[in-house]
Amino acid sequence: MGYPILSLLIGLPLIAAAICLFVDARTARWIALAATLIDLLLGLCLWTRYEIGGPQWQFTEHVALFGRFAWALGIDGIALLLIVLSVFLMPICIAASWEAIEKRVPEYMAAFLLMESLMIGVFAAQDLFLFYIFFEAGLIPMYLIIGIWGGANRIYASYKFFLYTLLGSVLMLIAMLWMANEAGTTDIPTLMAYDFPAQAQTWLFLAFFASFAVKMPMWPVHTWLPDAHVQAPTAGSVILAGVLLKMGGYGFIRFSLPMFPIASAELMWLVMGLSMVAVVVTSLIALVQEDMKKLIAYSSVAHMAFVTIGLFAFNRQGLEGALMVMLGHGLVSGALFLCVGVIYDRMHTREIARYGGLSNNMPKYALLFMLFTMASVGLPGTSNFVGEFLALVGAYEISSWVAFVATIGVILGAAYMLYLYARIAYGAARTEEAAAMPDLNAREVAMLVPIALAVLWMGVYPESFLAPMRNDVGSILARLAPAAPESDAKVSIGKPAAATAPDSHHSAEAHN
Amino acid sequence: MSITASLTLTMPELILSIGAMFLLMVAAFGGDGLARAIGWGAVALFGAAGFSLLGPAGSGGPGFDGLYIADNFAAFAKLLIYIAAAVSVMVAPGFFDRAGGYRAEYPILILFSAVGMGMMVSAGDLLTLYVGLELQSLSAYVLASFQRRDARSAEAGLKYFVLGALASGILLYGISLLYGFTGTTLFAGISDSLAQTIGTEGRVSIGQLFGLVFVFAGLAFKISAVPFHMWTPDVYEGAPTPVTAFFASAPKVAAMALLLRVAVDAMGSSTDAWRQIVVFSALASTILGGVAAIGQTNFKRLLAYSSINNVGFALFGLAAGTPQGVAATMTYMAVYVAMTLGSFICVLQMRDTDGEPVETIASLSGLSRSRPGLAAALAIFMFSLAGIPPLFGFWPKFLVFEALVQEGFWPLAMIGIATSVIGAFYYLKIVKTMYFDEPAAEYAPSESTLEYGLIGIAALAVSPLGYLAIPLLDATSMAAAHSLF
Repeated sequence: MGYPILSLLIGLPLIAAAICLFVDARTARWIALAATLIDLLLGLCLWTRYEIGGPQWQFTEHVALFGRFAWALGIDGIALLLIVLSVFLMPICIAASWEAIEKRVPEYMAAFLLMESLMIGVFAAQDLFLFYIFFEAGLIPMYLIIGIWGGANRIYASYKFFLYTLLGSVLMLIAMLWMANEAGTTDIPTLMAYDFPAQAQTWLFLAFFASFAVKMPMWPVHTWLPDAHVQAPTAGSVILAGVLLKMGGYGFIRFSLPMFPIASAELMWLVMGLSMVAVVVTSLIALVQEDMKKLIAYSSVAHMAFVTIGLFAFNRQGLEGALMVMLGHGLVSGALFLCVGVIYDRMHTREIARYGGLSNNMPKYALLFMLFTMASVGLPGTSNFVGEFLALVGAYEISSWVAFVATIGVILGAAYMLYLYARIAYGAARTEEAAAMPDLNAREVAMLVPIALAVLWMGVYPESFLAPMRNDVGSILARLAPAAPESDAKVSIGKPAAATAPDSHHSAEAHN
Repeated sequence: MSITASLTLTMPELILSIGAMFLLMVAAFGGDGLARAIGWGAVALFGAAGFSLLGPAGSGGPGFDGLYIADNFAAFAKLLIYIAAAVSVMVAPGFFDRAGGYRAEYPILILFSAVGMGMMVSAGDLLTLYVGLELQSLSAYVLASFQRRDARSAEAGLKYFVLGALASGILLYGISLLYGFTGTTLFAGISDSLAQTIGTEGRVSIGQLFGLVFVFAGLAFKISAVPFHMWTPDVYEGAPTPVTAFFASAPKVAAMALLLRVAVDAMGSSTDAWRQIVVFSALASTILGGVAAIGQTNFKRLLAYSSINNVGFALFGLAAGTPQGVAATMTYMAVYVAMTLGSFICVLQMRDTDGEPVETIASLSGLSRSRPGLAAALAIFMFSLAGIPPLFGFWPKFLVFEALVQEGFWPLAMIGIATSVIGAFYYLKIVKTMYFDEPAAEYAPSESTLEYGLIGIAALAVSPLGYLAIPLLDATSMAAAHSLF
């Protein structure tokens, strides 16, 4: 593969981060922007050079650097798209922090660049323990980002974020140790094909579940998220919602499903049950929020429940839908946080009641905000429609009840998002400051328009995104097939009317 | 084996003892003006003793009819001890110059203490063990009260002495019981005798069990494992900071290595009998070390609880009772030495504009703005002590839990690792104080490039670069562990 492009993707922000610490604020901003843009180019280069239908793992690197485990990198289609999502959001985050962050800029930029290389590392790692190190290491920069540059209650939020996710992850480490001991390897592709004993799978699944459910976050362990989101600076929220939450979903699809198929099938009810509760409950909570960021944070929990519903549907539509929701939500929720950040920078309040009538004085803003609101609702033509539709189709195939409840969530989603939009953009301005706010400047337009284009692209031509993942989803489905639970629909082909009496009796039984 | 052959095995101890006596003479006739030179002489002696481990002293096997063992395990421990002791000598003049009265006895006491520690880790007999332990402890009692005019230092020395003497008594009682019920004080003999009893009766006899429990209790005091940890916070807080750095590093390594050798060499045949003691002590240490540290306001006290916490994790490796477990514990101690020495040298930088040492955690507020380099280094040590990857402090925790899981003790591993989250809280608190809080009064600038250099080396060692040392650490610690089994 010529040169180690994945190591380069990880290493470049790291070096830039180190340099940032020793320069002044202005230089640090430019270094961070340059580094993230180069990483974006590298990421696009990765995408174009990725062979669809080629080997499952591409761009592999393997250096036995650490004795017990290796510097092993490599990506499949799923990891590819998540890496592209990360490098795409990163320059936007830097731009969003350009003026909003005034104190300790070099450290801020260094923390973000460190974050970027760790996120890419999580998606690219092909060694169990390398993955764990990247996965956990992300806590440190995020802790600092929330704690130093966050809002009023930032210290509580940063502790909660750190300890909550740490407690989830350490149990996963023990499970990983057990797996490495049992299978005699730490190579993720090998482990994905290893059949662990059925009884052990349940324990292993639960240990991984503890980590990924917190990261995801699933109801009822989601409570760290609203705090972290609300207190984090805008760019921190974008990275949290856009990429960090995807680590949970990525963990499910990379570890839980292919490595523990039997336990996944057995515990499907648990995941589905929690997701159903999450969709409805967090949507209702979102409906009554007075704080814009909190509202979007709760909507994230609801949307991530669609991911788990899709993943545990055990069919192609469900899995692909879940992945599309992950990508779409990464873009849309990131964009929504940016939209909140734009007006927060002007008025320094997140209280919905202080705004109103922004479509009058901020038309460009209102237009883009409208687009992202619609995308969040799942309007056809936007990214989230594709994902949510596929996830729901997948869920319907396996259980009508899940699909029914989840669809209620879609309706509630429309309710809280439209209500938010109406209160902010329509009517008359509730305060004088709100009426006097200037429209988007060039920097803000440059931040939001690329996301808007990507959202539309995903909605109109999702094939570009589905194609790289198709084979990988197929191989996961092949792993799941022997264990896949039965559908509750029990569809059977109808018999011709001329059938004899015993036959129709038989088919009636099948319907019961 | 001839006496000369045996003596060559003890080369590091010979170098250190003769060197220390020579330096003592120099100090007696040259006065305290030579104190710094004597300090560097001591560092050179540690270097020479370390190099002598490359010869027969590193892997020569038993000497003096089994009373003394020079194997890979002892060599690994000694190397750590000498490094830690040398660092404690190097950072001392800077501290005492400002706090008053650096004297030549300081490096010499540390030298003698190191001789004792060398004997401890090389002991092949309960009496060698005891003599080594006492030599180490007696030097340590004096060191704790080195600042005679400081009431806290005197109190620390007294407390350490009284409780240490009690622990020695308990240990000695255990030794006498073991001797009585096995008929020998040689580790190899005790092991055979215990195996014989287990072979005939199915378990160790009640007398042997009592002896075993008392020996473990005495040693638990030395590594400050719960429930024999009470002296630690007071002594760490009261003793002069370089001495505390020494206490937290070298004697911990020596006592832990000694415990491993006694557990495996002398009592390896009755692993099931002592495992529950170790498991209890490990869990209790990690929990108490975590919970009790939360309310501390003095940074040195907090580090004392942190050392209790870390010793608990290191004990998990012993609880596995396998070569992997022992290797994990030794690796743990190696990384722990780097982390703890680094933290204490950072504490040495904490002094107000008058040069008076400050120890409160509150004084660290906003350190990241006044002294970004120091704050970053301390943050690295804190995250590393908490065991958060990618810092190297994660690796030894990984190893001890791996050893437990390999032996099928995964429920214990689950509980153990969950307790690490408690500990993470107070390490985070330090980082929070330095990075999130508004700046407090600034510290006096420090001009010591030596201390900065040592902090830098320690920080690099526990940074992610440390992972590159894993193959080396693995090979040496496994070689060390295999010489016990």
